[in-house]
Amino acid sequence: MSAATLISGLLAVEVPYWASAIIKLGVVALVVPTAALVLGYVFLLKMMSFMQSRLGPMEAGPYGTLQLLADGLKFIQKEDIFPEKADRAVFALAPLVVLVSTFLIYVVIPTGPDAVVAQLDVGIFYALAVSSLSVVGILMAGWASANKYALMGGLRAAGQLIAYELPLVLAVMGVVIQAGTLDLQKIVAAQANGEIFGWGGIGNPFILTQFVGFFIFLVAVQAETTQPPFDMPVAESEIVGGYQVEYTGFRFLFFFMGEFGTAFAFAALAAVLFLGGWALPWGDLTHWGFNIAGPAIMLVKVLAVSALIFWFRFTYPRLREDQLQRLAWKFLIPLSLVNIVVTGIFKVVL
Amino acid sequence: MTAVGADQRQQMAYVATQAADARLNVEVETEGMTLNIGPQHPATHGTLRLVARLDGEQVVEAEPIMGYMHRGYEKLAEVRTYPQVTTLINRIDWLGSFANEVPFILAAEKLMEVEAPPRAQWIRTALFELSRIANITLFLGDMAVQLGALTPVFMAFRDREFVLNQIEAVTGGRFHPNFDRIGGLKDDLPQGWINDTKQAMEKIRDFCDEFEELVLGNEIFEARSRGIGIVPPEVGLSYGLSGANIRASGVDWDLRRDGHEALAYDQVDWKVWTHPDGDSFARYWVRLQETREATHIVDQLLDGLPSGPIMAKVPRIIKVPAGEAYAATENPLGEMGYYIVSKGDLVPFRVKIRSASFSNISITPWLLKGVYVPDIITILASLYFILGDIDR
Repeated sequence: MSAATLISGLLAVEVPYWASAIIKLGVVALVVPTAALVLGYVFLLKMMSFMQSRLGPMEAGPYGTLQLLADGLKFIQKEDIFPEKADRAVFALAPLVVLVSTFLIYVVIPTGPDAVVAQLDVGIFYALAVSSLSVVGILMAGWASANKYALMGGLRAAGQLIAYELPLVLAVMGVVIQAGTLDLQKIVAAQANGEIFGWGGIGNPFILTQFVGFFIFLVAVQAETTQPPFDMPVAESEIVGGYQVEYTGFRFLFFFMGEFGTAFAFAALAAVLFLGGWALPWGDLTHWGFNIAGPAIMLVKVLAVSALIFWFRFTYPRLREDQLQRLAWKFLIPLSLVNIVVTGIFKVVL
Repeated sequence: MTAVGADQRQQMAYVATQAADARLNVEVETEGMTLNIGPQHPATHGTLRLVARLDGEQVVEAEPIMGYMHRGYEKLAEVRTYPQVTTLINRIDWLGSFANEVPFILAAEKLMEVEAPPRAQWIRTALFELSRIANITLFLGDMAVQLGALTPVFMAFRDREFVLNQIEAVTGGRFHPNFDRIGGLKDDLPQGWINDTKQAMEKIRDFCDEFEELVLGNEIFEARSRGIGIVPPEVGLSYGLSGANIRASGVDWDLRRDGHEALAYDQVDWKVWTHPDGDSFARYWVRLQETREATHIVDQLLDGLPSGPIMAKVPRIIKVPAGEAYAATENPLGEMGYYIVSKGDLVPFRVKIRSASFSNISITPWLLKGVYVPDIITILASLYFILGDIDR
C-alpha cells in the first residue's frame, strides 16, 4: 500500500506516476500554508489575545478568521525592497531555502495507513535532517542583508540551531530504540499495538515511557523554531527582528510561513513519535477508513502539542545566548543521554 | 534574598571590564564592530541613541547620545507666565505628568511666600502618588517586554487604566492634567471619587501581587536580571543617580521623607524600600514594592483628608517677587527639581530643570562596559528613563 494506491482508489482510475507526483506536490503545497494559517490564527491571534486580555482581530470574517488571509494579501501588495548593499541573489533566495526545508518535512509525516506522501524507511532521520536545512537559509538572510542586526541574528540562529539539533535527535533516539525502527509508520503501529505491562487497552503511546524524551523534544523544538524563550535570533527588543529585519512583502511572508509551518511540522512529529500519531489503539490499522479519520485525529493531537509550544511562547521572557548554550550542553544533552541509556537497559531487560 | 557583598560586586564589575579590555588588546586582532542602537530602536523608549563598540557580542564601550528630542523647555519657560509654564513641563516625564508640576509650583510658592491650604496639600500628595503608580506600572510591564515576555505589558496597560481614570476624573486630563496652581489646586475632588480610588488601589495591589509571581518569580527573568548592571552605592552617588535606582543599591534616601517640601508625606505612615544588591533585579524589585507602598499612601491620605479650602489667597495676576528658589521632589523617575530665578516679572527670568533621567542615563558608559548585547537592553530597561525627561 502506498500513497499512489490511495490516490488511485480515491479517483477510481489508474493514476500514472507523474500525475500522482503532481498531486502529492499539490497536497504539500496546500498543507503548509494552511497549517501556518491555522496555527497563526488559533494561537498567535486568538489564544495570545485571550491571554493578554484583549480580543484579537474581530472584523475580518467571523471572529476574525480571515485576518491572516487579509494580512497575506497585504504582504503580497507590498514593494519588494532590496537593501542597497545587499547580495541580491542570496538575499532573494534565503526565504525560499527556509520555506523549502519546511515543505520537505511534510513529505514523511503520515496521516493514515496510505495517506503519506512518501513512506521512507528512515523517515524520522530524514525529517530531522531536512529540518536543519533552514539554518542555511537563515544564515544566508543574515549575511546577505548587509545589516549588523541581521548578521547578529543570523549568527545567533546558527549557533542556536546547531546546539539544539543534538538534544532533538537524542530525544528521538529513545523512541526509536523502543519502537525498533526509524520508519514513522512503524512507530505509529508500534504505539497502537503496544502494551503497558501486558495491558493493551490504550496501546502504548510513547509519552508514557518517554516523558523525559518528550520534554527534551519540546524544549528543543522551541529552540529550533526560534520561539520565546529561545527567540534570540529575532529578539525584537534587542536586534529588532534579527535576520528578518530587511525583509518586506512576500519574502517576509515566506519567513512567517516557514516559522509557523515548521512549528506545525514539529508538533506533528511530536504527535507521531509520542502521542500515537494518526492511529487509535482500537480497530484495524490497515482499515481504509483511517485514511479519512487519520488526518482529523492527527489535527487534534497536533493542536494539543502546539498549544503547549505556544503557551510557552507567550509567557516566558527570553534567555541570553550563553544561557541558552549552557542549557543545551550542560543539561539537555546529558539528560537525553541518560534517557537513552535507561531506555536501552529496559529494552534489553524486558 | 541573597545579597552580594559590596567588595565582591566591585570585583565582579572590575573583572568584567578588564576581561573586555584584555580580549580586545591582546588576544583578538579582529576589527570589532560599531553598532548604532537607536535613535529608532524599540528598546530606547523614544529617541536615545547608543553607540556601542562591540567585540563579538560583548560591549567594549558604549556611549549614549541624547538630544534628539530636545524641545528647549528651559528657554520656552522664560517667555511664559507662571501658570502657563505648567502646561509645558507636563510634557517632561509624560507618564507621570502631575508629578512634574508639583516641584515647579512649590518653588514658585516659596518665592511668593504663600502656602497651599492643608486640603490642597493632601490632595496634591495623593495625585502625586497616583501619577507615580501610573508611571511605574508601565515600567513593570515594559521591562518584562524588553526581556522578551510579551504578556505582562498588556496587563500593565490594562491596570494602569484604573489609575488614569481616577486622575482624569479629578483633573480632566489622562496624561497632561495641568491641575496644580500656585497656592493650591484648580478644583476640589468630585463626588464619590474617594471610594472609587480606594477600589482602584485595591486593583493595583492585586496587580503588584500578580507581577511579583509572574515576573519576579520567573526563573528566566531572574537569570537575565540578577547580577546584571550592578551599581555600587558610591558609584551611583557619584553619577548622581536618584530615585529607585539608588535605593536599589542600598542607599536609604528618599526625598519624600528626607526633603523639606510642603507635602503631606510626614502625615502618613509609610516605608522607604531599599535593596542591597544594586543589580537590574533589585531595581525592578524596589519599584514593585514602591508601587504597592504608594497605594497604601494614597489610601491613608484619602482616609485622613482634612476639610477646608483648596486655594490660598493669591492675586489674580501672578507676579513673582524677585529672588531665587529651588524645590525638588521624589518623582517616579527620581529627584526632579526646578531652580527659578525671578526678576519680579510676570515670567520667570530663568528656569533650570533638574530631571532624574538625565543623571540616571549618565552612568550607562560605566555600566555597559563588558556586558553582552542582550544585557544592554536589560540595563537600559532597568534604569528606566523617559526620553522627555532626558532631553526636556
